[in-house]
Amino acid sequence: MKEITRSVIAIILVCIALFFVNDYLNKSSGNASNDAVTIYNWGEYIDPELLTQFEEESGYRVVYETFDSNEAMMTKIEQGGTSYDIAVPSEYAIETMKENDLLLPIDHSKIPNLTNVDPYFLDLSFDPKNKYSVPYFWGTVGIVYNPALLDGQTFESWEALWDLSLKGQILLVDGSREVIGMGLNSLGYSLNSTDENELQEALDKLNKLTPNVKAIIGDEVTQLMVNEEAAVALTWSGQAADMMWENEELDFSIPQEGSNLWFDNMVIPKTAANVEGAHAFINFMLGAEVAAQNADYVGYSTPNVAAIDLMDEEVTSDERFYPSEELRDNLEVYNNLGLEMLGVYNELFLEFKMGMN
Amino acid sequence: MQNKNSKSIYSVPYFVWILLFVIAPIALIAYYSFLDLSGNFTLDNYKNFFTSVYLKLTLSSFWYAFLITLFSLIVAYPTAYFLTKTKHKQLWLLLIIIPSWINLLLKTYAFIGIFGLSGPINAFLQVFGISEQQILFTDFSFIFVSVYIFIPFMILPIFNALDKLNPSLIDASKDLGASNWTTFSKVIFPLTINGVKAGVQAVFIPSLSLFMITRLIAGNKVITLGTAIEQQFLVTQNWGMGSTIAVFLIIFMVIIMIITGQREKGATSYGKNK
Repeated sequence: MKEITRSVIAIILVCIALFFVNDYLNKSSGNASNDAVTIYNWGEYIDPELLTQFEEESGYRVVYETFDSNEAMMTKIEQGGTSYDIAVPSEYAIETMKENDLLLPIDHSKIPNLTNVDPYFLDLSFDPKNKYSVPYFWGTVGIVYNPALLDGQTFESWEALWDLSLKGQILLVDGSREVIGMGLNSLGYSLNSTDENELQEALDKLNKLTPNVKAIIGDEVTQLMVNEEAAVALTWSGQAADMMWENEELDFSIPQEGSNLWFDNMVIPKTAANVEGAHAFINFMLGAEVAAQNADYVGYSTPNVAAIDLMDEEVTSDERFYPSEELRDNLEVYNNLGLEMLGVYNELFLEFKMGMN
Repeated sequence: MQNKNSKSIYSVPYFVWILLFVIAPIALIAYYSFLDLSGNFTLDNYKNFFTSVYLKLTLSSFWYAFLITLFSLIVAYPTAYFLTKTKHKQLWLLLIIIPSWINLLLKTYAFIGIFGLSGPINAFLQVFGISEQQILFTDFSFIFVSVYIFIPFMILPIFNALDKLNPSLIDASKDLGASNWTTFSKVIFPLTINGVKAGVQAVFIPSLSLFMITRLIAGNKVITLGTAIEQQFLVTQNWGMGSTIAVFLIIFMVIIMIITGQREKGATSYGKNK
């Protein structure tokens, strides 16, 4: 009994000591104090060299964390806990975060580099006058394919996916909006449709695709396409760019019936402890050279015109990744459909998955 | 008197633990299962469970969990029997247990490469002139990987039961003229049934709620209750519906525990130690 008491006391003492050491370390390294900027971004969505450069130029220290879905990011910010100064949500998530009062307004006078951004990407419906958000990257959803494994299909139309020769060759991304949206688009409907009949029709159409579907997976798509495990995949433009970088055989196409156009913007969440530093970071990322370097590294399309001037002409004139405004008009941005409708989409998606076996 | 007092002191951590980490979470899940999206009381989640795809989902979950358990048992019983007959049985047993210490995801990712079109299995098949086979994202790969992951949990209890079996009982059975099969079916198996039940419990219940493997190895062609719960919480943000599915999962687990529950006439009480 005595021994137990002694060891319990010892453990408690060690815990207290560790607590103080932790506290001291945090203070000396500036965690949670005013010289750190905590950034919450998608995985593999920034050139890490730029973080070092920002630290050197600004004197702030960067704490960098990543998330893999808008929903996970919002949950974490809603809970508080970590004082994220910057987050990078997609447009429909920005709408939700605005509704839930999770964002701080952005002071445009502190972001002179905002003039570098193509006006096309400013003042959009999800954030009028860019009160809460500043563009980071944009892109589309389309089809990446390996011509070496196909007999000449080019996927200018979604219809090409239903071709009988593609049996067991298609990979789909594990997202209800993307897959149901594809079904809706292939029928010529809006991918924001809330019409019950249209959605049911889309599901019926998708159910006919099942023999061709090899799997519905997440980020593993990249590796499988690079290793030529499958011939066709539904994916985001930047992910396609990654794949094409690693396997030159691959090609990318945005079907002409229309597809999704999305924007990822930088915001300052309510949790921010260093609002000044957050503005400095946003302004830094919008600098022409920085944005160009970042776009080269990440592979998604930059909304920064000044950066585009500095980038390789071959990349920026590539209509597959920088579709012209005319082509963009054919694309649709996701509306925030509300949780109820999101549930409907997910249940349809679940039904589609269940039908695969 | 003193004895009684100290006993109640020792029970404090247990009851605190049970309250915080068993009763409170289950109560919360039950509470959330009656809430709709905007936080009002509703029974719709339960109605929804019985009228929609979820019922089908439950059936398919059970079917796959059954297959996984069955194949685990078919492999595990002879293996455990063989192990008890070897010289250094603890060492051989350890070798089977060791892979279960490695992170589940790592093992799962390894199989993506192994089963791939350009992986070792297909390379092996091609030596015999068999053309490329699609192994990944099939029922076969899903059940194979799940069995691989769960098999230590099946072998261990069966091994323990067989190991404690008094060998003189087998000798007696043979002396009395029983054939090998009769000895197995009338003596060995009934005396180790508790080990089998414990193994079935340890494999069947987690199989019902598998979720990462369904995506990585089965490409979402197999959907389990676990996948549905994950989707409801993380994507749809419908905690009510997610909790409702979880409530049913808990009910199913309790039923299985009751069916496979230990009864007081197992092999162990006939063991050597007695």
